[in-house]
Amino acid sequence: MATLKPVLDWIEDRTGIGGLIHHALYEDIPKSSGWKHVLGSIALFSFMIQVVTGILLAFNYAPTPGESYNSLKFMLTEVTGGTVIRGLHHWGASIMIIVVVCHMAQVFLWGGYKKPREATWMVGAVLLLLTLAYGLTGYLLPWDNRAYWGTMVTVQIAGSAPGLGTYVQRLMGAENGVLGVMTFSRFFAVHVLVLPPITALMIAAHLYLVRRHGVAPEPEETETTKFYPRQVYKDTVAIFVVFMILLTMSIVAKVPLGHVADPTDTSFVPRPEWYFLFLFQTLKFFEGPLELFGSLVLPQLAILLLFLVPFIDRGKAIRVGKRTTAMAVLGLAALTWGGLTAAAIRSTPVPNEYAQALDAAPESWQEMPADQVAAVAYYRNAQCTKCHQLKDTSKPIDWLVDHFKQSAPQVQLKDSQWKSLAVFQTKLTDQMRDALVTTPDYAAAGAAVYQANNCFVCHQINGVGMKTGPPLSRVAMHREKQWVIDHFNDPQKMSPGTVMPPYKFNAQDMENITHYVLMLP
Amino acid sequence: MDENTSTRRGFYGAVINSLNGIIGVALAVVAIPYLLFPRRHPVTAGWTVATDVDKLPQGTPAEVIFERVRKDSWRVSTEKASAWILKKSDQDVIAYGPSCTHLGCAYKWDQSSKNFICPCHTSAFSIDGKVLSGPAPRPLDRYDVRVDNGKILLGDIRKA
Repeated sequence: MATLKPVLDWIEDRTGIGGLIHHALYEDIPKSSGWKHVLGSIALFSFMIQVVTGILLAFNYAPTPGESYNSLKFMLTEVTGGTVIRGLHHWGASIMIIVVVCHMAQVFLWGGYKKPREATWMVGAVLLLLTLAYGLTGYLLPWDNRAYWGTMVTVQIAGSAPGLGTYVQRLMGAENGVLGVMTFSRFFAVHVLVLPPITALMIAAHLYLVRRHGVAPEPEETETTKFYPRQVYKDTVAIFVVFMILLTMSIVAKVPLGHVADPTDTSFVPRPEWYFLFLFQTLKFFEGPLELFGSLVLPQLAILLLFLVPFIDRGKAIRVGKRTTAMAVLGLAALTWGGLTAAAIRSTPVPNEYAQALDAAPESWQEMPADQVAAVAYYRNAQCTKCHQLKDTSKPIDWLVDHFKQSAPQVQLKDSQWKSLAVFQTKLTDQMRDALVTTPDYAAAGAAVYQANNCFVCHQINGVGMKTGPPLSRVAMHREKQWVIDHFNDPQKMSPGTVMPPYKFNAQDMENITHYVLMLP
Repeated sequence: MDENTSTRRGFYGAVINSLNGIIGVALAVVAIPYLLFPRRHPVTAGWTVATDVDKLPQGTPAEVIFERVRKDSWRVSTEKASAWILKKSDQDVIAYGPSCTHLGCAYKWDQSSKNFICPCHTSAFSIDGKVLSGPAPRPLDRYDVRVDNGKILLGDIRKA
């Protein structure tokens, strides 16, 4: 330590950094400060977490539509710790919004915005809007169905602004309300390039103002104490608790990455992120010409009101216990918000179990044509693994088919079916390798039933087959299991006029093919 | 400052430092593997048909350009690739990777000297890929090769 002292002294003399830290830590704060004042520090901490995890995400993220989805999927499946980093950013966003709102509510309840702290409050309100803007722009970036359709609603609302609507949509890169590559680029640019420096600047201004006017004391309070160590200790403990909650959520709770954005998917029910659900619900109460009132006028009035709080309530500071009006206003706001959010959640249709399963990123077998999935079933039935290791073969197809027939006489298959297994073996991709191991038995068996009954003559799965009948994709989004079973048994009854003949499968086959069809992405 | 206050200050300081330390370590434990050990699985390109056996001359290397699917992290793309393929017989085929093992320049077969010559730093390789002269540190890399039904299929490039 003795040898280090001259170095430290030199640094202190040339930079004054020690004095700066001392100045920051030994700030006077009211003696009554305590746990209720930790929220601002947590908000700052959550912003820093978002910055760090956002930068980390960028190392493995492709900022173009389509590719962004692929890169995110890659991050979740193949990058070490990718799920945790994304979890921290995703849940961190929600936590940041909760903390910022709680911070504002605390300041509101205690009347901390009163003279001379009006500007501090207004900068805080700007920070709240910035936080929401991150949520709005970041929502599009995974480019899954949720992202696409959620942003579609945003763009339409922006477009409904009288006079300015068309222009605002053009600014968003969404001329005539059509989301495109430019929308994506602009949302990305705003999210990662525009908002962060503005936020940093606003935080600096906010902290400066807090320093300039000091933390609001209790009425008549004159006694002070130092920021360090007691308040720093409380801030740190609170930050630590929040961080542990966030870390646990990121490890335990799965962040959804849905189906890649599909503009033709009419079965998707878009819902905004939970903190915007109340706005979404509000829109339902306003129809026709009044809609504009709900979607634009009301929120803007609310924001204006928020900014004006310090000028509306200009009374002398009183103890928090006597601030009954503030309590009532806050309680009413919380009730309204909670009620609207609850109503929105209640009105969200609960998808059937298959549709819920389809919300996850598809597995290898779900993305393969039926003949290849069926080949998995042949492979398993013929018990190839008894003699063979899984690897490519250079044998000709015809040789393989003969070999299959001789080695597995107990398996009765047509030549064309054996051939699909042979083809499968000669061009094993990573996806097929994976499918051989991970395909559930029902799916392999279901695909085999599908192939045996030549369903591909009219239907298409993952790009293979004809389109005489409807392509079999995301059937679970609009059909229940029983409907599909009834449709196999009596197509005419379920969809009159169809040319599909009835298929009377045995119970096992029916279960397998139905389950398989319902799990197609 | 009495002793009581000073103990309390010490306690506050210790808690502040250790909690911040834990947060820092937790973030580092996630971030460092994420940045430094990014990939769990090596990526294989899979087999690609490069050409027909019949189209190649016997005993002389020929440059073959073909299309193959490459999995580059999250992007799967079709791209042009090339190989110098030497057909010794209809079943015995060698395919050399297209880059010099020195600094990656594209080398050529020189019919007059019957060697592979790299134009950058004049490395020379024999017909079986061995270094004859120049700065190249190791023999030419080779594709995994398979002959199937008269087609030549190429896999990954490996060090010879």
